Amino acid sequence: MTTPLHRYRIVQWIDYRLPIFSWTNEHLVEYPAPRNLNYWWNFGSLAGIMLVVQIITGVILAMHYTPHVDYAFNSTEHIMRDVEWGWMMRYLHANGASMFFVVVYIHIFRGFYYGSYKSPREILWWMGVLILFLMMGASFLGYVLPWGQMSFWAATVITNLISAIPWIGETLVQWLWGGFSVDNPTLNRFFSLHYLLPFLLCGVVFIHLWALHHRKSNNPLGIDVKSPKDTIPFSPYYTVKDMVGLGVMFFVLAIFVFYLPNFLGESINYIKADPLVTPPHIVPEWYFLPYYAILRAVPDKLGGVIAMVASIAILFALPWLDTGKVRSARFRPIYKQFFWIFLADCFVLGWVGANPPEGSFILIGRICTIYYFAHFLIILPLIGKFERTKPLPESIHQAVLAKKGGADASGAPPDSSAGSSPGGAQ
Amino acid sequence: MRTQLFAIAAILGLVFAGIGSAFASGGAKEAPDHEWQHTGVFGTFDRGELQRGFQVFQEVCASCHSLDFIAFRNLVDIGFDAEQIKAIAAEYEVEDGPDDEGEMFMRTAKASDYFPAPFANPQAARASNGGAFPPDLSVIIKARDNGLNYLYALLTGYEEEPPEHFELAEGMSFNHYFAGNQIAMPEPLYEEAVEYADGTEPTLEQLAHDVSVFLAWTAEPELEIRKKTGLKVLIFIAIFTALIYIIKRRVWAKLH
Repeated sequence: MTTPLHRYRIVQWIDYRLPIFSWTNEHLVEYPAPRNLNYWWNFGSLAGIMLVVQIITGVILAMHYTPHVDYAFNSTEHIMRDVEWGWMMRYLHANGASMFFVVVYIHIFRGFYYGSYKSPREILWWMGVLILFLMMGASFLGYVLPWGQMSFWAATVITNLISAIPWIGETLVQWLWGGFSVDNPTLNRFFSLHYLLPFLLCGVVFIHLWALHHRKSNNPLGIDVKSPKDTIPFSPYYTVKDMVGLGVMFFVLAIFVFYLPNFLGESINYIKADPLVTPPHIVPEWYFLPYYAILRAVPDKLGGVIAMVASIAILFALPWLDTGKVRSARFRPIYKQFFWIFLADCFVLGWVGANPPEGSFILIGRICTIYYFAHFLIILPLIGKFERTKPLPESIHQAVLAKKGGADASGAPPDSSAGSSPGGAQ
Repeated sequence: MRTQLFAIAAILGLVFAGIGSAFASGGAKEAPDHEWQHTGVFGTFDRGELQRGFQVFQEVCASCHSLDFIAFRNLVDIGFDAEQIKAIAAEYEVEDGPDDEGEMFMRTAKASDYFPAPFANPQAARASNGGAFPPDLSVIIKARDNGLNYLYALLTGYEEEPPEHFELAEGMSFNHYFAGNQIAMPEPLYEEAVEYADGTEPTLEQLAHDVSVFLAWTAEPELEIRKKTGLKVLIFIAIFTALIYIIKRRVWAKLH
């Protein structure tokens, strides 16, 4: 494969030995993507960008942070006050975690809506679920590091969940703590693991992308790519489209970082951790609230933990629980309604998770938890069996051109030189 | 599609309303909104308010509360010059050492020193304050929900006599805004508690306002540069995104 850069001999020399130029050309420039991807398809690359933002800001923060119970809180304030632009790095990292979850949750629900988990993308989907697990681990560990009151008590509550495991639970928790309570050894290993997980994330992201580039992107119509007419080169079309989303995402992130930096945080995390003072409400970060609601909906500790883990682990089985043969909700009138109900259910679970478990919140939490699992275990299998789907279009390019008013019915594919124009090669 | 978007917006509204109401604390009144100069998008600290607030802190709060994260050198941010800061620091003594004999010794504070705490340790602080611990004030505004309005309301929310049937424990004071309405800190501010160097009339409201602004600065010394940078960043991203969008339209126009 040759690219415009191959006119340089040095490029030829390198590419012959290590094909980074052809590889980049293949995967970032000429990579054939369905021509009908909408803006919801931005969120995969946006998630990748957020991972990079988190790693860069995180590496810088780690240079100034001290993982010790006596110094962690102070070193965080040191970053805020004495490190050049330290406040910006910390606020970017803290709000960046939230942005990362927003983007990934939209990415996941886009997958739900357009059936992106269905054959032949099951392993691609599994890697995505694994990424979500790792992200949750990384964000939980990171939240402990400033060693504020919520850091300490969230760590205590969450690690104590492991003690629900029969027989070995207690031993396991003490092994995790490195002592008999959350203390300095815990903080030390959490810092170490918080630095480790992003690299595991990168590994899984690589496999996620590998699987993606092998079977290629799904699309809003959910039908397979049948001919080259159905695709356009990734560059410049989707590089530029992704950059529009990138701009919007950074705009939203900047509003939080510069004007509402603590809006998503808990005020008591600006009080240094005190093992002797339990805060009245122990609330996780917003992105954990639905799972927290599920945890508390089950009256039994072990049952709650199992339900909480299962609420995400069930996604591994989603490709088989959804028995429908048609991917996109556009052609699935019944599934489409239940998609929105399920989304609403997740929001209500989040709302319940933010409130103390008393009064009507308990009942609402239980109903929504039952519905959450019923969606996967009962509703999806049944819809697939009984739903009358709408007729699918013959091909992507015919559907696209019909929508454009059929001005060019021949649907001539863009000439391949468009894919390697100077703007696209970079 | 429009009804779906509307439904999402409605749900989001509900969720945020729920999250907000989750933090209403028991017994105490909700702190009302007070007017501040520095809170808006373009808001900056008033140097007069900051310096008066610092005076209130020095003469009132500092006798019980520490300010661990503020060094004398930081006062340059609130409008003092190097000479003034040297003079302010010289009013304090800090422990240093060990010297050549291995002894710790007291010396006059320098600009690089941090504000010395009024008590050697939490135990000493509790012993002098009827068992209650006066918290460090460096980040107190960020460490309380709606911290700025809360602090102002707290400082102006004392009542000499508790309402009827309210059981006030020995040595406690009644406050409308403190959780449980009983606070171990006696009313710290009152009219003319401080004689302002700049001649401003030291009403209770003025004192409470100024010291709240000062503590807003100690909590967020980066506030002004943060908002100023934010404006530049947002304008840059807005223009960048608009240009990219135009390019995107042009690039895609070739397709159809």
